[in-house]
Amino acid sequence: MSTQSSVIAAVSTALAPAGLGVIRLSGEGAVLLAEQVFRPASKTRRLSDQPGYTAMYGKVYDREGEIDECVALVFRAPHSYTGEEVVELSCHGGLYLLRRTLRAVLDAGARPAEAGEFTRRAFINGKLDLTRAEAVMDLIAANGRLAAKTALAAREGAVYRRLEEVKNTLLGAAANLSAYVDYPDDDIPELTPETLGPQLAAARDAVRELLDTYDAGKVIREGVDTVIIGSPNVGKSTLMNRLAGCERSIVTPIAGTTRDIVEETIRLGDVLLRLADTAGLHATEDEVERIGVRRTQSRMDTAALLLAVFDGSRPLTEDDRRMAEKACCQNAIAIINKTDLGLEINEEYIRSLFERVVVISARDGNGLAALEKEVREAVGINGIDGTEPLLANERQRFCAANCLECLDEAIAALNGGMTLDAVQVSIDGAIAAILELTGERTTEAVVDEVFARFCVGK
Amino acid sequence: MKFFAGEYEVVVIGAGHAGIEAALAAARMGCSTAVFTINLDWVGNMPCNPSIGGTAKGHLVREIDALGGEMGKAADATFLQSRMLNRGKGPAVHSLRAQIDRREYSAYMKHTLETTPGLDIHQGEVVSLERQDEKWKLITKLEEEYLSQTVIIASGTFLQGKIFVGDVSYDGGPDGMFAATGLTDSLRRLGVSLRRFKTGTPARVLKSSIDFSKMERQEGETPVVPFSFETGGLLENKEVCHITWTTPETKAVILANLHRSPLYGGKIEGVGPRYCPSIEDKIVRFAEKERHQVFVEPCGLHTDEMYLQGLSSSLPVDVQLAFLHTIPGLEQVKVMRPAYAIEYDCCDPLQLDSTLEFLDLPGLYGAGQFNGSSGYEEAGAQGLVAGINAARRVKGLSAMRLDRASSYIGTLVDDLVTKGCTDPYRMMTSRSEYRLILRQDNADERLTPIGREMGLVGEQRWQHFTVRQEQKAAERKRLRETVLPPSDKLNTLLVSCETTPVSSGVRLEELLRRPQLDYNKLTAVDTGRPALDPLVMEQVEVELKYEGYIRRQQSAIQEMRRLENRLLPEDIAYETITGVTKEAQEKLNRVRPRSIGQASRISGVSPADISVLLVWLSTHEAGKGGGRADD
Repeated sequence: MSTQSSVIAAVSTALAPAGLGVIRLSGEGAVLLAEQVFRPASKTRRLSDQPGYTAMYGKVYDREGEIDECVALVFRAPHSYTGEEVVELSCHGGLYLLRRTLRAVLDAGARPAEAGEFTRRAFINGKLDLTRAEAVMDLIAANGRLAAKTALAAREGAVYRRLEEVKNTLLGAAANLSAYVDYPDDDIPELTPETLGPQLAAARDAVRELLDTYDAGKVIREGVDTVIIGSPNVGKSTLMNRLAGCERSIVTPIAGTTRDIVEETIRLGDVLLRLADTAGLHATEDEVERIGVRRTQSRMDTAALLLAVFDGSRPLTEDDRRMAEKACCQNAIAIINKTDLGLEINEEYIRSLFERVVVISARDGNGLAALEKEVREAVGINGIDGTEPLLANERQRFCAANCLECLDEAIAALNGGMTLDAVQVSIDGAIAAILELTGERTTEAVVDEVFARFCVGK
Repeated sequence: MKFFAGEYEVVVIGAGHAGIEAALAAARMGCSTAVFTINLDWVGNMPCNPSIGGTAKGHLVREIDALGGEMGKAADATFLQSRMLNRGKGPAVHSLRAQIDRREYSAYMKHTLETTPGLDIHQGEVVSLERQDEKWKLITKLEEEYLSQTVIIASGTFLQGKIFVGDVSYDGGPDGMFAATGLTDSLRRLGVSLRRFKTGTPARVLKSSIDFSKMERQEGETPVVPFSFETGGLLENKEVCHITWTTPETKAVILANLHRSPLYGGKIEGVGPRYCPSIEDKIVRFAEKERHQVFVEPCGLHTDEMYLQGLSSSLPVDVQLAFLHTIPGLEQVKVMRPAYAIEYDCCDPLQLDSTLEFLDLPGLYGAGQFNGSSGYEEAGAQGLVAGINAARRVKGLSAMRLDRASSYIGTLVDDLVTKGCTDPYRMMTSRSEYRLILRQDNADERLTPIGREMGLVGEQRWQHFTVRQEQKAAERKRLRETVLPPSDKLNTLLVSCETTPVSSGVRLEELLRRPQLDYNKLTAVDTGRPALDPLVMEQVEVELKYEGYIRRQQSAIQEMRRLENRLLPEDIAYETITGVTKEAQEKLNRVRPRSIGQASRISGVSPADISVLLVWLSTHEAGKGGGRADD
């Protein structure tokens, strides 16, 4: 239980250059702890005497001296985001100063907060319910603008509104079935596959659609495993650096400079690419390079997206052709690079192999917008603007899949001539799955989620 | 002058359907028991429908019987006509319903009470109930004083009963009996929260004044399926029912006189049953409906009184006559007893534990309409539960708690004590989430072992049951292991039943699974079939055909039971758990759920509250070391 009550701290604004940065401390004793690093401007007042919802101006210090000016906000339990005693130190936004302040707080006895731990504490203290907590957790983990937007949409209920419709359809069907069996002597209209079938089919289609977009949702949240391949010196590393916005790979004109796989997560528009720059696929005698080529090969096999780069300023080589023929059977985009040096390549040949071809200049950035568009299409999120319902996580996907299975079963039972009481078992199952997804029903699965996600108790 | 008249281990107040089962169970379990009734001529009276069973209610009767109750046997002994409802709609919803000779039924029950050892019967109204040390003191209107370790209140519609017919209203019980007026004050003093419910019944009319030629005849079904697993021999239908419909004129008469209804005039404060509305309710609420069905049912072999199901009403007598005369076949009908509504006191069942004992009043139990239910079967089921638990308490044994997956009885009790009710609670198949498992055909399999453990299932019955179970297991094995080779004979049969022929050997089991086939149709090819109990055949066939669905429900049950097994300590002060909403705190404090599972079914307690409760529970358990110490 001691970890429960200990004070946690973290920079709770984005770790990026900004005008303001906030360090949040939460847990019993947070104020006393903050007092060790924060000195109010007014010598007669103490932070620990402050009631909740008050602000105090002062400065933060570490062993080496003054760090920054600061406003300390005090929240008293249970009236805070986490439900615990909270102090927020609003400092100037410089990364160096923020990090130094955080280190001072940690040196004073706070523990660095794990990802989502503030939310976890808020949940444990009853400040957030599970589904809202889930959305916040996704928001924290969201890497791109679109991901953040989708997490917000989930929070505001896009998924739930869609499921509400399905649920109502099914509840209607279940109510019909109930009336039909519970009042056998009343003249309630006979229920037939013709009346029930279309209702079930509509519900099934809606759930199936949600499941289909799950993968797109996953792409948005987690990014796409992407591999850049190409013969030596076609400009893979330049492209990577262009995309990543900084020098990452070593770029030299000597072929074979990139011997290993370089990992970088970059954002191309709304799409997050987990990018691996590879050593290419050329035949080589160099033992070290051969290892690199083998790795490239295995990396290619598991990638969700290939960016096949060609040097547009020269005719295709044997290596180029071999690679092109390998790459084109995967989800790939052919990138004809170095257009700034003139177009010598056999573009016809490339276009005959690849569905998606982009002509760019990695060095001066021409054609990147076209590349972005092709990437969106290739990873299947074109047309998704972040407001449509997307299932947020595996738990939700599991429930939806369960629901779909029940509905398929209900339809099969109905068409197979099973009695309606059997059909109703499947409809009940589908309703239960939806209620579990939306958190309207408590099940062991939800209970497990509480314990798994929020590591409480045993 | 008051005098001490005797002491019992179990006293039952009321000898209706709940009281009878309670008293019989307690006495049969070896407790010195007394049952009090206001009028001994009306033990087990049916003041409304002269019938027992129906959808879900038929299940309840089967379950009462399987546990060792009396209702099924009494119905089998006194029925006039029997039908299995919902035959075409699947085994989960097959429901037995029988018209009953109500005089005979009452006589059967009275005699059963009279001949049960250890059971005293007293005509008398209990007017006072109070705690005396560890016991309960009861005083009757005639100033007899009794002591008892436990008391079961099964007061039906008698408590502060008030009759309404049009403008006229007076204090009274059902069927012209006196109301019970004293007990309400005692209950209030004990802290029991009471409320007003109402119910109603249609007119009884003279058979010879009905023109049956204008009605549809409804025959009973043969062979008659008995309620009781113990009833043997051939049963015969003795009477028929008739069906007619209301007309636009009926509607016009009722609408024109609605202001004379005490319900619409605001005189009745009690809440009526949603599922059994009066004819004026039906006409107002389902205005678009052209006509409403009316069943004309016999009340007994030795009476010409007929019951008009579907026409319960509290309109004045002249209006009743006027609207009856607009119905085909009833144009000249003579009313013997007018329809009436009755309003009565009942308790809020959220005050009860799932043993039907009051959470705050040890040894005091409630059963039947007193608990807010409606229906003879619902009453009988609760009476049995209360009777068994009172006896177990007297004997210092752990309580019998039936969960939702065990039975409709368990579902009924759980609904009442967890969700409560805002109108008289009627059992329906849709109230159970485990319908394919809680079938009427397997009630014995589900509950007879429990009845045996309670001491209500005798040696002979137990023998019958175990023999049947063995036969069933052997038959399942035979079906699994018998392979029929493909033959012209088999394939001709299959094709004639509109199912696909076979090209290689096929297990009997696989054939029986097909929706198009059944035991009957397979007789010609299933030459090795031993003589089988029809009940065994029915159960085996259902289990095979619905295996996948049954499995789905079984896994749902397992999941439910996991939450049911996460017990909550008895003494939680919910208002101290931060994060649980105010509404949930209040509800939890009131219901005092035994487990997380039960807590999650309370309306107003959200899954968010449950997650908070779980977190609280896990830290609490870490600090202490477990849930409840009792059973």
